[in-house]
Amino acid sequence: MKVVLRNPRRELEVPAPHSVAQLLTDLDVVPESVLVIRNDTLATHDERLHDDDVVEIRPVTSGGAA
Amino acid sequence: MKCRRCRAPAVIDVRRHNAGFCADCFTRHCREQVRRAIDDHEMIAPGQRVLVAVSGGKDSLGLWHLLRALGYETDGLYVGLGIGEYSDESGDSARAFAHEHGWPLLEVDLRATYGFDVPSGARAIRRVPCSACGLSKRHVFNDAARANGYDVLATGHNLDDEAAVLLGNVLRWETGYLGRQHPVLPAAPGFVQKVKPLVRLGERELAAYCVLTGIDYIVEECPMAAGNRHLGYKELLNEIEERSPGTKAAFLFGFLERGHERFAADAVEERADLHPCPECGAPTPADVCSFCRLRARATRVIPVAAENSA
Repeated sequence: MKVVLRNPRRELEVPAPHSVAQLLTDLDVVPESVLVIRNDTLATHDERLHDDDVVEIRPVTSGGAA
Repeated sequence: MKCRRCRAPAVIDVRRHNAGFCADCFTRHCREQVRRAIDDHEMIAPGQRVLVAVSGGKDSLGLWHLLRALGYETDGLYVGLGIGEYSDESGDSARAFAHEHGWPLLEVDLRATYGFDVPSGARAIRRVPCSACGLSKRHVFNDAARANGYDVLATGHNLDDEAAVLLGNVLRWETGYLGRQHPVLPAAPGFVQKVKPLVRLGERELAAYCVLTGIDYIVEECPMAAGNRHLGYKELLNEIEERSPGTKAAFLFGFLERGHERFAADAVEERADLHPCPECGAPTPADVCSFCRLRARATRVIPVAAENSA
């Protein structure tokens, strides 16, 4: 399964874990800080993943306080 | 996971509501949250002209889209901050969005209009870039809104932004800031009304709203914000939220309902001491306003012509 990470953009190949939640745990990503987009569609944390999926983990935290 | 409202397959889960939503119900949920924020805090009166500050990011473009969806005839304002490729891309994103929808977009370039940009301003005052950036944006937003006859300036501050600012203000007991921290900063001599209609939506919800409605926002973060204190507060709050969903909303809304009023007098006191800046006319408690002091130092230390030719 291909995983696309952002800021900076990079790609990983990993065996598909059981679910979106498990993928975030494996990558040590706080779920509240990202959206998960599987094959161009938003994915909920309980969704199952497959080896032919392309999954983008898109950060949602922006930095300006002003 | 099923949609809480219609039982169709969910596309987004929002843990603080302990709910999943399908795309249609989620966009409706976002509009309802903005509607409620506007009504609860009396942000926009009928007939008022509203200007939305847009950066090309998810929050501001999402806000503009939501306000238009709710029937507000809002225009956009983009401020060019001179932060290299990031500003080029964010400007392109804001312009493309405005063009796609046919909505008016005002533009102000900090360097062309005021003679400096955020990097040179930060160097001049020897502060972190976010400090020069925030100061400049606050001034230019208000200046542009007043000069173009708008009654209300709307910004894309969301629940996460406000909770992080609140945490920072509490940790340092900034009582004046706590008194001013509210979804509405009413109009006063020299100031248009400032409102934050996204205060009931988290930034994950805003990002999802943009993806689901096809808003092509700039995902890359400002390179100058990396590692700033505000981001650190957000990380801490997200870790707490993970263990105890709903904590960010309870922290912020609890403050607004039960804490804000206790500090309001400090903010009123600060506003009572304001007089027009002799350079630009903006209200200030000092001899010259902080934006004009920044501008004077930035244009003296790094002349525009010298930096352009470097």
